[in-house]
Amino acid sequence: MRRILIRRGLQSLLVALGVGLLAFVISRLLPGDPAVSWAGPRATPQELARVRVLLGLDRPLIEQAVRYIGDLISGNWGTSIHTRQPVLSDVAGRFMTSLELVTFALVIAAVVGTPLGILAARWRGRPPDWFAGITSSVLASVPVFWLGLLLQLVIASQLRWLPVAGRWDAALNEAAVEATRTHLVLVDSLLAGNGTLFVSGLAHLVMPALVIAAYPIGLFARLTRAGLLETLGEEHIRMARAIGYTERAIIWRFALRPSMGPVLSALALVFGYALGNTFLVENLFNFQGLGSYAVDSITSLDAPSIAGTTIFVALAYLVANLVVDLVRPVMDPRLREAGR
Amino acid sequence: MIRYVVRRPGLLIGLTILVVLVIAAVLAPSLAPFPGDAGNDTNLLETLRRPGGLHPMGTDLAGRDVWSRVLFGVRVSVGVSLAVIAAALLVGIPIGLLAGAVGGLVDDLLMRIVDVFLAFPSLLLALAIAATLGPSMEHAAIAIVVSWWPWYARLMRGEAAAISGRAYVEAAHLLGVPAWRVAVRHILPNAIGPVIVQASLDLGGVILTFAALSFLGLGAQDPTPEWGLMVEQGRSLTSTQPWVALFPGAAIMVAALAFTLLGEGLRERLDPKGRARP
Repeated sequence: MRRILIRRGLQSLLVALGVGLLAFVISRLLPGDPAVSWAGPRATPQELARVRVLLGLDRPLIEQAVRYIGDLISGNWGTSIHTRQPVLSDVAGRFMTSLELVTFALVIAAVVGTPLGILAARWRGRPPDWFAGITSSVLASVPVFWLGLLLQLVIASQLRWLPVAGRWDAALNEAAVEATRTHLVLVDSLLAGNGTLFVSGLAHLVMPALVIAAYPIGLFARLTRAGLLETLGEEHIRMARAIGYTERAIIWRFALRPSMGPVLSALALVFGYALGNTFLVENLFNFQGLGSYAVDSITSLDAPSIAGTTIFVALAYLVANLVVDLVRPVMDPRLREAGR
Repeated sequence: MIRYVVRRPGLLIGLTILVVLVIAAVLAPSLAPFPGDAGNDTNLLETLRRPGGLHPMGTDLAGRDVWSRVLFGVRVSVGVSLAVIAAALLVGIPIGLLAGAVGGLVDDLLMRIVDVFLAFPSLLLALAIAATLGPSMEHAAIAIVVSWWPWYARLMRGEAAAISGRAYVEAAHLLGVPAWRVAVRHILPNAIGPVIVQASLDLGGVILTFAALSFLGLGAQDPTPEWGLMVEQGRSLTSTQPWVALFPGAAIMVAALAFTLLGEGLRERLDPKGRARP
């Protein structure tokens, strides 16, 4: 177990290094001179030359790459061009905001998707199975940005059940700013004991989270169904049937837990998917997280911020993969001996 | 084969939609009431008409017939996604084959590179590259290729590595057949099946990704009748003139659904376990 841990850790470090290198390559592809975008279009040639030395652009590429990665490791991720703040602190703060959204979305996906998959496996080949299959296909095919518009139109504008956009009611602005400690509205409002803010934050989270949860709901349903069907064909389930347990007891007491492996290992993938989709969803809902930060960076051709966001998300995704790999053997004893 | 299809309603629906899409793509110039509206035409006297009459899906802010643009959009979306998948295969298959057939250090090196690419969520990598290259349809397509080929390289590598251990491959080596010839003539044809199947499953995902890039302004540019771009153009009008954004978005969903249903039908036959989209 310890050896696997060390090996996976080293592997992840290597990949993290590669991520930094790839980010460097991508950022150097950027059309336009980084010095110009830094100093502004009206900078004199002397100023440009000064900025170039300041940014190290006069050095050979290899040296720049080594310095770039060294800077990444020491936490110096450059300065954002559009906010003029250090990229790392910008990105880390915004990441927390998106993390709340993504976590909420994954909880919705698990709570809706898993039972849907159980239903489908329980009634295999019957209408509930068809329903689950169609639902998961449709959810996998719907463009998230369009689904967001649709929900805003129907649920917010027409039915007025939920607020259209934002993170909380504008009237709560002051209280919200005061309560900001972790960048997580739900946690902050609870810490500050502000129930109104909590409810408002929750109401504002539901729609964007639902949009992000669309594909994961279908995926979880499909994986749960496939896993359950495989387990239900095994010997110990036949045994349980022979003893006379009801089908419901068999699923809930014996079959479900060993079937959740595929769902668990898909968690990291879905986390990455959801983080990527905040780029499409957050702007729509005027949600000031990492996704809208990235889109702002793209529109203002802010190379350090684009690179910083990309690296940060890749690292978060890497950590998620590592965590899932380490948690799986804890949840499923069969994996411990296999040495994976 | 026909019976197999008919007994699976999902597969049947997927195939039907696909046939309709192909017909729409081919006949778009004669089916569209205003073919010019998919190009440079604008008609400022006809802006934002409600759906009905001459304009079954209404008109957009430039007075263009949404239905005509949606029809021509089939060509763009399906065409781009076919091209992207083909290019990703052309990059991924040789690299995967090389890694799987040669093994050793080459394999390790190539797969570590693949790992680095796969360390990014694919939409994110495509976004970063498209943003870096600058907004255009070609750049968006290149960006998606760069973020998708590693999946095929990895899959191909696994298949190739499994097959290069088989007796007939060893026999070919012992007979003195050059290594590249063994790889191309003996390993490739036996390993490529699952890769092609996966690629056909991914077509829907590429349609969605390309539409997403266009929606963010990084893909197709006006006046190209691209669905994601059309949704973006109608976005601010959703509460007053919803048809401008809703119809193109529905078209994206229908096209992606066709490939999803088709892929799921095929996969059910080849691999009963679900596999996640990258």
